Amino acid sequence: MRENSGTLEEAVSIRAADKVFNPDSDNEVQALLGIDLDIKEGDFISLIGPSGCGKSTLLRLIADLLTPTAGEVEVFGKTANEARLDQDYGMVFQHSGLFDWRDVSANIELPLELKGWSKVDRRKRSREMLELVRLEEFKDHYPRQLSGGMQQRVSIARALSFEPRLLLMDEPFGALDEMTREHMQVELLRIWRETGTTVVFVTHSIPEAAFLSSKVVVLSPRPGRIHSEITVDLGDRTDETREDPEFFKATTEVREALRAVEAG
Amino acid sequence: MTKRKALRTAFTVLLTLVLFVLLWEGYKWMGQQTEDQWPGTQFGLPVSTDDLTMPHASDIFNELTDEIRAGRETLPMTVYLAKKAAFTFLEAAIGFSLGVIVGLMLAIFMLRWRFAERGFLPWINVSQTVPLIALAPIVVTWARLQGYPDMVGISLIATYLTFFPVAVSGLRGLQSPDSSDVELMRSYAASWSSTLIKLRLPAARPFLFPAFKLAATLSVVGSIVGEISIGTKTGLGRAILDFAQRYAVWPERLYSSVIAASLLGLFVFGLVNAAEWFFIKRGREVLK
Ligand SMILES: Nc1ncnc2c1ncn2[C@@H]1O[C@H](COP(=O)(O)OP(=O)(O)O)[C@@H](O)[C@H]1O
Ligand SMILES: [Mg+2]
Repeated sequence: MRENSGTLEEAVSIRAADKVFNPDSDNEVQALLGIDLDIKEGDFISLIGPSGCGKSTLLRLIADLLTPTAGEVEVFGKTANEARLDQDYGMVFQHSGLFDWRDVSANIELPLELKGWSKVDRRKRSREMLELVRLEEFKDHYPRQLSGGMQQRVSIARALSFEPRLLLMDEPFGALDEMTREHMQVELLRIWRETGTTVVFVTHSIPEAAFLSSKVVVLSPRPGRIHSEITVDLGDRTDETREDPEFFKATTEVREALRAVEAG
Repeated sequence: MTKRKALRTAFTVLLTLVLFVLLWEGYKWMGQQTEDQWPGTQFGLPVSTDDLTMPHASDIFNELTDEIRAGRETLPMTVYLAKKAAFTFLEAAIGFSLGVIVGLMLAIFMLRWRFAERGFLPWINVSQTVPLIALAPIVVTWARLQGYPDMVGISLIATYLTFFPVAVSGLRGLQSPDSSDVELMRSYAASWSSTLIKLRLPAARPFLFPAFKLAATLSVVGSIVGEISIGTKTGLGRAILDFAQRYAVWPERLYSSVIAASLLGLFVFGLVNAAEWFFIKRGREVLK
């Protein structure tokens, strides 16, 4: 796996992107307006903002699940479409989206099957991924037999199984209880360090954004714009970091930005 | 776990049968006492209880073990009916298989092209309002003119009934995955056909199997109606036709053929249940 090289190569570059849903109709929605965003390779970026401000839409623009109405989205120097066809993306949604007719291993192997990997290679890789997310003994379980947190870890393993260069996560821990959530955050950081993947992470939790990110992007609603970008540097994070004054400072900064957004 | 469940099901089925026989005989006995009136009233019973309309359950069961002369040989009624049923089963199985293929193809076609859904679905619905009695002779005459054996025409009638639930439920099942599941496949740059095979078809199974169960029983109904309306030489439809003509003298026989038809229906239903267990439930009991 790639090491976190710390090179400053451009992973995502968005220029003057707009997104309008249902243009020229009664239910036209200006979801995003004039988005400029640069993400460096190896970064961990959080998108935060009030509900409906366009976080998911922005993530889908990067993923080429939506096309911008205006402006450009480049990923690793290619168009987002080329990046998707090159299978540069791993995606994790709020609901694990595991296929309930596949056991854990088979779920993790789904993208590898689509890429035409041999059965032996797939098995080998799914074992490695299960080790990475620490679920070795659950390889033969079905999704419904797992807790929400475990399902989400399988979903992360699936997203990372083919070593995508960019991991896109839309409120992946949003449905988990607080304790599981904090545990998953530490796990995710460990995985991020071990794989060196670039991460774009949508959340509406202030501590989550502050804890995880190297940069927090705060969005303001109607139309969705980038309000501010907050750089965070908490170094190596553990559960103790949550009691660190530096962490407090970061959450406060993000909270104030969000208050400013809410105030309009 | 599953074994105990199977035993319990068998027990319930038997119990229901016993209750039904008791109800039948009880009603018959009551009617015989009151000359077909509700006890203590002048109101007539909805169904009269004489031996012609309602033969004794025991007579019907006896009939099943009695002998019947079929051509040159004499056979126990059970064997005779089983032979007829085997033929009908073959027609139904062919009709069912074809119906499943046609239904699935229509569902996939409607999934792929929205205009096909808009254009086809109303016609698919209309197709089921054509009375079978009118359709059967048309299909069979056509098949005969082509020089096919009657079985072909009859299986086609069964197909006509079976494709419908498969197409309608199949389409709903194929459309059932969440948009986030479809987006996931898209993010892997999966082709339309990979998405169909890896996501939509497996997701459609819980919708398809109930449709298959309905289709299986319909395929038996279709085959029997087909046999009756063209007067084939064999099959359960033939037996029902023969026995119906002699009903006035031998009602137990018609009843025994009706029992055979229901047992055949139960049998195909059971086959689909077994297939369902094999394809989606096996080894997937949820731990609680
Ligand atoms: N497919 C769509 N069609 C129409 N409007 C949409 C669609 N997706 C999102 N929107 C609208 O765009 C805005 C931003 O939505 P979204 O990106 O989901 O917000 P967030 O993820 O920040 O809660 C909302 O007003 C939402 O109603
Ligand atoms: Mg969202």
